[in-house]
Amino acid sequence: MSQDIYVFIEHVCGKTLDISYMMLAQAQQLAAASGGEVVAILLGHNVAGLASDLGADTVWYVDHPELEDFIWANSLAVLEALLARQSPRLVLFGDTTIGSGLASGLSARLGLPLVGYCRQVFPNGGHFHYISQICGGKMLVEGALPDSTALIAMIPGAFRIEQGKSDEKHSATPVPLDGLDEILARNAQKYIFKGYTEPAAGDVDITREKILVSVGRGIQSEDNLSLAQDLADALEGAVSGSRPIIDQSWLPTSRLVGKSGKTVKPKVYLALGISGAPEHTEAITGADAIIAVNTDPSAPIFNLAKYGVQLDLLDLLPVLTDRVRAEK
Amino acid sequence: MPERIDFWGIPHPWGPILVYALLGLATLILVVRFYQRARVWWQTGLPEKRWDHLPTRLGRLVKYAILQVRVLGQRYPGIMHAALAWSFFVLFLGTAFATINGHFITFLQGSSYLVYKLTLDVFSVVFLVGAGMAAYRRFVLRPARLTLQGKFTWSLVFLVFIVLNGLLIESLRLAIEKPAWALWSPAGWAIAQLWIASGASQGALYNWHLGVYTLHFVTVSAFFVTLPTGTLVHLLTAPLNVFFSKIDRPAGRLAALPETKEGEPIYADRLAHLSWKQILDSEACTECGRCQEVCPAYASNKQLSPKQLVVDIREKLHEEWATAKSKPTEPAPLVNGQIREADVWSCTTCGACDQECPVLVEHVDTLVDLRRSLVIEGRMDARLQDALAGLSRYGNSFGQSERNRAKWSQALPTKIKDARKEPVEYLWFVGDYASYNPAITEITRQAAQVFQSAGLDFGILYEAERNAGNDARRAGEEGLFEYLVEKNSAALAKCDFQAIFTTDPHTFNTLKNEYPGDVLAGRPVLHYTEVLERLIARGQLRFERALDAVVTYHDPCYLGRYNGVYAAPRRVLAALGCRLVEMPRHGAHAFCCGAGGGRIWMEEGEMQERPSENRIREAAALGSVSTLVVACPKDVAMFRDALKTTSLEGRLVVKDLVELVHEALEPVAVASPEGLTENGGKDG
Amino acid sequence: MKILVPIQLVPDLVEELVIAQDGKRLDLDATRWIISEFDDHAIEQAILLKEKIGGEVTVIAPDFEGTEDVLYQALAKGADQVVKLSGDFQSELNTHALARLVVHYLQTKSERPDLILTGVQANSSLDGSLGPLLAAYLDLPFVDCVAQTEIEDQKITVRKEYPGGLTADWSVALPVVLGIQAANTPPRYVPISKMRLAMKTGSIATEEVGELDLSGAVDSTRMYTPEADQRAQMIDGDVDQVAEKLVALFKELGVL
Ligand SMILES: Cc1cc2nc3c(=O)[nH]c(=O)nc-3n(C[C@H](O)[C@H](O)[C@H](O)COP(=O)(O)OP(=O)(O)OC[C@H]3O[C@@H](n4cnc5c(N)ncnc54)[C@H](O)[C@@H]3O)c2cc1C
Ligand code: SF4
Ligand code: SF4
Repeated sequence: MSQDIYVFIEHVCGKTLDISYMMLAQAQQLAAASGGEVVAILLGHNVAGLASDLGADTVWYVDHPELEDFIWANSLAVLEALLARQSPRLVLFGDTTIGSGLASGLSARLGLPLVGYCRQVFPNGGHFHYISQICGGKMLVEGALPDSTALIAMIPGAFRIEQGKSDEKHSATPVPLDGLDEILARNAQKYIFKGYTEPAAGDVDITREKILVSVGRGIQSEDNLSLAQDLADALEGAVSGSRPIIDQSWLPTSRLVGKSGKTVKPKVYLALGISGAPEHTEAITGADAIIAVNTDPSAPIFNLAKYGVQLDLLDLLPVLTDRVRAEK
Repeated sequence: MPERIDFWGIPHPWGPILVYALLGLATLILVVRFYQRARVWWQTGLPEKRWDHLPTRLGRLVKYAILQVRVLGQRYPGIMHAALAWSFFVLFLGTAFATINGHFITFLQGSSYLVYKLTLDVFSVVFLVGAGMAAYRRFVLRPARLTLQGKFTWSLVFLVFIVLNGLLIESLRLAIEKPAWALWSPAGWAIAQLWIASGASQGALYNWHLGVYTLHFVTVSAFFVTLPTGTLVHLLTAPLNVFFSKIDRPAGRLAALPETKEGEPIYADRLAHLSWKQILDSEACTECGRCQEVCPAYASNKQLSPKQLVVDIREKLHEEWATAKSKPTEPAPLVNGQIREADVWSCTTCGACDQECPVLVEHVDTLVDLRRSLVIEGRMDARLQDALAGLSRYGNSFGQSERNRAKWSQALPTKIKDARKEPVEYLWFVGDYASYNPAITEITRQAAQVFQSAGLDFGILYEAERNAGNDARRAGEEGLFEYLVEKNSAALAKCDFQAIFTTDPHTFNTLKNEYPGDVLAGRPVLHYTEVLERLIARGQLRFERALDAVVTYHDPCYLGRYNGVYAAPRRVLAALGCRLVEMPRHGAHAFCCGAGGGRIWMEEGEMQERPSENRIREAAALGSVSTLVVACPKDVAMFRDALKTTSLEGRLVVKDLVELVHEALEPVAVASPEGLTENGGKDG
Repeated sequence: MKILVPIQLVPDLVEELVIAQDGKRLDLDATRWIISEFDDHAIEQAILLKEKIGGEVTVIAPDFEGTEDVLYQALAKGADQVVKLSGDFQSELNTHALARLVVHYLQTKSERPDLILTGVQANSSLDGSLGPLLAAYLDLPFVDCVAQTEIEDQKITVRKEYPGGLTADWSVALPVVLGIQAANTPPRYVPISKMRLAMKTGSIATEEVGELDLSGAVDSTRMYTPEADQRAQMIDGDVDQVAEKLVALFKELGVL
């Protein structure tokens, strides 16, 4: 068995997904501890270019027309063949709509142990330990990984994207597919791709947004709403609001968060000038992180928020938007 | 001696024979046609027992159909309608007396005849005055609630024509006879002057008389024939509806679901699954629009109108029978046929429509029946679904753990007795909003402290309490209501208490009116305002200072209108030294805050003005008033919110009655809610 | 069309979670078990398909405290058959073991389902999700994160979600396993009276299971709650400093 850490690279429509870089960052840390290499596994068709910025020691690239759009059975077949020949220390997948199913499938096929919802793996006395976050983040679980090959499905959080990127302009190392053509073609017959749908522009569904810039009466006037919109644009999120804002028709009803509106579960809920009335907060408890900005230190929203800022939002917004833009 | 001469000026014997034949035939047609209409009610609707309690029913008939007390509740339309109805009634009686006089007992002689003449004459004029008022209202005032359709105008013209003709006949006779007592028919005599002045010959006047007389009886016959299908059918259906109005249960108790013989529940998904009385309701409606005028749902979104609901049912009935000619076999759905689903949901079950309807239509029962038929199919908005799911899983609409129900009480310096473990005199049924809404729990704690400082022996059910089910029932989830009743009944059965009191008027209503008798075994159910009143009367609550505030008070629908508790909260206010200024709509006429009937759980939909906003503006318009006092936790939430949305913060504050009581007591050590996690806290 | 919906029960997060004496797992007795949110969608989708084209829906679940309620509810919604896998689950059933139990159950039946619908994930399962495990064991095609399902003569068209809101439509041949993220319409409400009727008239089939094979998961040594901050962690400083810290925070939270 090798001490290498494999990372399954996720990409959609020719773009590498952030989770892949985060996993590479994790893998680098582990490889350093184990003395192995970081191997990125890239599956697809005509996407060799994606290899260039991956922070890995090696990028194995499997190119096949039947791998162009993600088909679970095909990716699984390729990985199965690959792992039948190699036994790395760990294989990292994203616990995402792509990687999660592959990790489980592979675990069943090869009888390898699997840890999901994993936030982090860290070296501990010659072994690797994992920390997973279950029950919607309410519980953390820790345990020792076996010293044989294990599969990990990772959630984002612990690592930053930059750490997993590299300027070295890797080239992909093609890996031949022996005898898989037939299987891939057969699988492909069972799945017929009909096309992608981009999320419709204009009509925002706040229940699906990853980041919500939510405004309350603290925004004070309709004119100030553009400040919130600018920040939302910079963060690629959407603007939502508390009821007084919707009542005044400063925002359409579809953007109402709360008892009479929508229940939202974004990664980040930015509550700007929202006091935190129960009718509002009951609908945001599912957010991963609430950041509240309010001039009143005793506003109830601070009892729910993870992070708080006691500043005038009108002062903060323009500066924050500029900084976010500068990051891009 | 003046006496009544039958068929004066009518050729004998053909005249009378023709008149009787014509009227007899018309009456027969009336009866047959009315029967044809009425038979549809019981042939379509489900059976329902409404024949019992005869004396009470007859009493109601007198009160509402004859004396018309509801109609008279409003000045202009009341006087107008009474003028029309009572004079029509008197004129009808006059004709009946004449017939009796002619064929059975002769009593219209001498002075009694003169009084008879005068009465008929005066009431003809009263009728015409009423008709004038009606015309003025219909064509000049044009109130929004009225159905301004031609058919109503025609009915009016028709009646005026009949009465005018009667007056003409009388005047022609007086002009011919010129009797000495002519002044006893002042209006007739006045018109007679016209004929006399015209110089027409006696013969000509005789002929005119005969002509008008004939016309009169033809129109009267036509009136009889058209009565069962025209807008005036309410002359027949309204008294019937009043007679059959519900007697067996208080307003605050909904009927259980009707069942088939096999015991299967029947849901009001189609016309045939309404009861015959619910169908009669629709046939009795006069389209006066009083219900619509007081309806908070109508005021806020102009969709649901209780009047339209009733009319829709009637139209549906006629449509189905018109196409089927007999009992329809392919029933079409009621909701989303004539009646829109959104409308059924927008009712707050405030009961204002039921209270206002002059013919005692029972809107709320029908609306809840319609909701039941939707809920059983799972048709409801997502918010309501969440609330109901929370109620069935955790026993509260907040979807929170039942273990946290009494968490609000943890910050109290003195622990509240656990009624499950020790006997208490009073069992306090706290309710969901007072227990779980973090914006309300401080008030709940104050209430507890007030009771403690008054030395009240009370306890709560802690985790064993469930939502009482009032609103689940009114949202149409009958099974859930029964389930909650079972849970609470079981918990109550294990406790030793003398009386129950509640914070929430909705809870109060269902415990008092809907819980099975054996659960309470005659023990009183009180609202906390009644408990406060008692404590004050017994001197257990003594206030250290008078509050000296000018306040107004909002009567919660389920405390006031449904259960008649108006005085207790007002007496508490008086004891506190508050000066109470009433809003224009108060007491039984209080305007709903919009939260009831499960509305507080539902999607709001498009609103022009929320009921709570409408109401808070009414309070703010009182000028001198600085505080709106409420006696319901939901009201606190609704009105504090409405203050914000109407930008009336600063103009007015909303306080629960118990907050004022707490304020007026000697300053007690109030536990600081600081550092409490409450429900808004992190859940670890 | 035969549809199988294997479901999982998960801890009700509304309740406070209690860690067992050994400090490694949840205290099973103190936990209220409810149907996993996504499995509820899977049942709904199964019923919707049945209502559209007919067929037979079987819901199968491991026997936990609360399973019967869930199964009766499925009956009330319109499932034709409900099956309880009964055995000693105190040793904490994992997803691999459950998948093998379902596979075993299917092997005892003569007919295979045309469609297996599972919830895309279960919040308490540390060892992957049921759908792909089943698909891999049964050698069936699988599509994950399905947010819409349409059926037209033996062809299923599904809308799969990708990270970032992008979706793609796939047409898949039967039989197939789907990981349901959302049914076409949200799970329906079951009125209590229908539930009671189901409890009175419906019946739950019980399948005894033998020894559990727990392999495939990794043992835990410790379970603990994340630091519960009662109040927001305040970010201090002037406008510029706060903006800078917030940008760093956005990055940490993975949104920038
Ligand atoms: C039945 C019912 C249903 C309801 N449904 C909903 C619902 O679905 N959604 C909803 O949101 N509400 C709902 N409400 C209303 C809810 O109770 C609150 O009234 C509302 O959420 C308050 O909105 P807010 O926080 O924007 O306003 P406020 O409570 O007025 O809060 C404004 C906040 O802004 C702060 N602020 C002011 N100026 C600044 C500044 N310059 N910089 C930073 N902070 C500033 C203030 O300190 C204050 O905390 C409902 C109420 C009821 C009764
Ligand atoms: S009960 Fe109230 S809200 Fe409902 S229809 Fe009657 S008046 Fe309107
Ligand atoms: S239901 Fe009653 S109040 Fe309403 S319009 Fe008809 S008669 Fe008038």
